[in-house]
Order: sequence, then C-alpha cells, then structure tokens
Amino acid sequence: MPTNTLKGHTFEVNDEGFLTNRDQWSEELAAELAALVDVELDDAHWAPLRFMRQDSARTGVTPTLRRLQTVGGFDVKELYRLYPGKPVKMMAWLAGLPKPVGCV
Amino acid sequence: MRRVLILGAGTAGTMLANRLADQLDEGWTITIVDRDDDHHYQPGYLFIPFGTATAKRITKRRSRFLPSRVAFVRSGISRVRPDDNEVDLDDGQILGYDWLLIATGTVPRPDLTPGMGDGSLWYRKVFDFYTMAGAVALHDGLARFDGGRLLVHITEMPIKCPVAPLEFAFLADDHFRRRGIRHKVDITFVTPLDGAFTKPIAARELGNLLEDRSIRLATDFAVERVDNDHSRLVAYDGRELPFDLLVTVPLNTGQQYVFDSGIGDESGFVQVDPHTLRSTRYDNIFAFGDATDLPTSKAGAVAHFAVELFGDNFQAAIAGKPLPNAFDGHANCFIESGRGEALLLDFNYETEPLTGRYPLPVVGPMRLLGASRINHWGKLLFEQLYWQVLMRGRGLPVPTLMSMAGKHKED
Repeated sequence: MPTNTLKGHTFEVNDEGFLTNRDQWSEELAAELAALVDVELDDAHWAPLRFMRQDSARTGVTPTLRRLQTVGGFDVKELYRLYPGKPVKMMAWLAGLPKPVGCV
Repeated sequence: MRRVLILGAGTAGTMLANRLADQLDEGWTITIVDRDDDHHYQPGYLFIPFGTATAKRITKRRSRFLPSRVAFVRSGISRVRPDDNEVDLDDGQILGYDWLLIATGTVPRPDLTPGMGDGSLWYRKVFDFYTMAGAVALHDGLARFDGGRLLVHITEMPIKCPVAPLEFAFLADDHFRRRGIRHKVDITFVTPLDGAFTKPIAARELGNLLEDRSIRLATDFAVERVDNDHSRLVAYDGRELPFDLLVTVPLNTGQQYVFDSGIGDESGFVQVDPHTLRSTRYDNIFAFGDATDLPTSKAGAVAHFAVELFGDNFQAAIAGKPLPNAFDGHANCFIESGRGEALLLDFNYETEPLTGRYPLPVVGPMRLLGASRINHWGKLLFEQLYWQVLMRGRGLPVPTLMSMAGKHKED
C-alpha cells in the first residue's frame, strides 16, 4: 500500500487514493484533501461526512446514497450540490472510508 | 419441551430445519413458518426470461424438504415480540419460542422508487426478474422486444445475488445474437457504483467483458425516478437514459414484519454479529442469509456456510457458553458470462475475489475469476445439488471457511 503525506499528515492509501486505515483520518486531513479538489468544507459539507464516519463505525461499510437519505436525513439533490458529480465517492474519499463496492 | 422457531422455509430456513432435526433430542420441538408451500430455486429466476428454465421446473413444495418432526405452519408473519418471546402470525396464531431463527430473506421493493412499481409501464416495459412473477412477465416482454434500447439496472446496493444483473446483461447479449437481432439492440448496464467491477483484481481481469460484448456502461447512476411518459430512467444528477425495455433490480429490503417489530436496521435487515450471526440485541435470536445485515453478499452460499457453523454454536448457546465457531463471510458463486461459459468467485470479508483454481473434488479444479465451460456446467449441475444435497441438510465437499488453496495471492 502506498503511503501519502500531506501537510504533515501521513496515511496509507489504495491505488485510487482512498485511505485504507480509517484511524489515520482526522478532520484536519479531510479539510486538506478537500482543498486539493478546490472544495472548502463548511457546516453543510461536514454534516454528511460526520454521519458517514459514525454510521460506518457501527456497520463496517460505507453508507450508500440512499442510506444517507433515509437514515441520515440528507437531501440527495443537496448532496449533489455540495459534492457535484459523484457525491458518495467523493464523500467517502474525504471521510477516509472505502468507496462503496459490489462483491466483484 | 424447549422450542425452536424458524421463520422462513427458503434456502437458509430449510437447511436449518434439517440440521436441527438431526441435532436436537426429543426434548425439543422445531417449528417453521412460511407464507406458502412454494420453494423456488432462486438462481433459476435468471434463466426464466430466456426460456432456459420454467416456473414449474424451479418450484418444489417446501414441505417435501422438511423433516417429519418439524412442524410446518403456513402463514405470513405480522410481528415478532422479542420481549415476550412470541411471534404473531397473519392468521391470528401466536407462536412462542425459546430460540428464534430468522431466515426470511429480502424482498424487491419497486414501490420505493417513484414511477417504478407504481408506473404505467410496470410489467409492460419495466420489469424485475428477482420474483417469479417478474421473471415470467419478462419472458413475454423479451419475446415481444425486437429491437431498441435495453437498460439493465441496479437501483441501489445491497441487493440479493449482486452479480445477477451482470449475468442478465451477458445472457441478453447471447439471446439477441441467437435471434439475429443483436445489431438492433443497444444494451446499457446501469449501476450506482463506479463500475461494473469494483474490486481491483476483478476489475483488472474482467474489466473488458462488457466492452467485448458491446454492452455500454453507465456508472454512478443514482436513480431518482422512472419517467413513464417518456420511457426514461432519471438520475439525481440530471442524466436521463431512454429505454424501450428496462430490466431493473429494485431496492432490496428485509420483510415488512422486521420493520414493524423493531428488530432490524432501517432497511429491515436483522442486525447480527458478523461472526456468530447472533442478534446484537437479543441473545436468543439468530438470523441467517439475506435477512441479515452481514457485510457480505446476499447469496445462498453465505447462508449455507453460516448454517454449517451454526450447529456447534447453537449447542454452546443452549449451554450458556461462548460460541466456538466464527463465520468469515465466505461466499462463492458462479457468474454466467454468456457464450456457454461462466466465472467462479470465492471470497470472504477480508479477501477479495482472486484468480487461480478452486479445488473441487470429482469435477476437478475450476478456474477462478475467469470464464470457462466447466464453470457453466458447474452452475447447471448446482441446481440438482441444491435440491438433493443442500436442502436435505447435507453438506457439500467444499471448505466451510474460505481457503487460500489454489488462489493466486496478490499484494
């Protein structure tokens, strides 16, 4: 596994740049990662990231968009506004979680 | 008398009933509940639309596969009351239990996507194939379809048998080729994930399969609704995919009584310890197979391997001792890849599908994560093993926990 360093943070990532150890994540690191893609994290951005951290700590898997909607109470269109394009993938990356996957 | 109550007489429930009938002495009663007496070989749904299986062939009576000492109660389930150790049935009966084993699977919920189940095109141009009714209706839908845009679509994960939609796309390619109309059909595989194959080694090995068969791919597609007026699948990000035939896998949830009883998560899946399958909230409840929130595939193989490990654990649970066996999330499955070939996968919680050989006695080593004819025969043969071996409560000569034997390990 490659190891990355960013502004004093050291963390292991997979080939796609997703953290492979959720314990190496911090809110400061998330903010630095977001800056790499020109996103400034405000409260609206933080809410789904914090939900994903808490939810995945309990379930062991990255929550789906639908779970963010039905369990987290987030509006899907709002998530697309906050994180245009591929919101779940981007939020998983920022939250230090694996991207959602199938079995193959 | 002590009482075991099994909810659901499908793959997991039937295996449990047979195992427990052998294991428990005369001091126990075993009762199993299901709403009907029709046991479907669910992997067969995939073949019904293409006419290579029929409803009649893949349906047998549940009661045929239940031992005589097991009482079979035919009713729907309305509620589990875990604090009272009782289950209310739709027919008004109340069944008490000392131990409750939940194996009621998952249900497709087309009603949870606007315009899907409640749309005017449902079972006219929009079909599922995860139910007998859907698979049979799609058989006619496919026969009527003589060209145009076919979407093969997954609403959201998790779904039962996660590779079945891919298999459907491959078999549809074959089907249209055989009918001589493949050039008139545009097939697109639509997924909420970021690829058809999301595990690195599978993506590397199988990434070209869709392209080789001229199947388009639409990724990261979070469906918002089905537009019935214009026959379009609409995503939250504004993308609209027109279709002449939409084959969708609706959102999968647990059964309604799981929601109503407060014994599951927000999707109606029973929360269990991933290694023992014991409810995280009630010590005398275990859940199996698709009905659980296990972070592995919803597949019969998972139910089978977990049931194999349950016997010793149940004896320990009865005695109030720690449970000795830990399930590893082991799953394996054949994936029809079309053209008379199939792929074989073998994986668990920790290990993604790898290449190599799967050492099977008698039929010989089978190729992992690559297409072969023998894998296809294996898939066909499996239907007989399902009824004659697994549903009789016997084991298959394969390791219960995932083995690395024959697999090519990668860093």
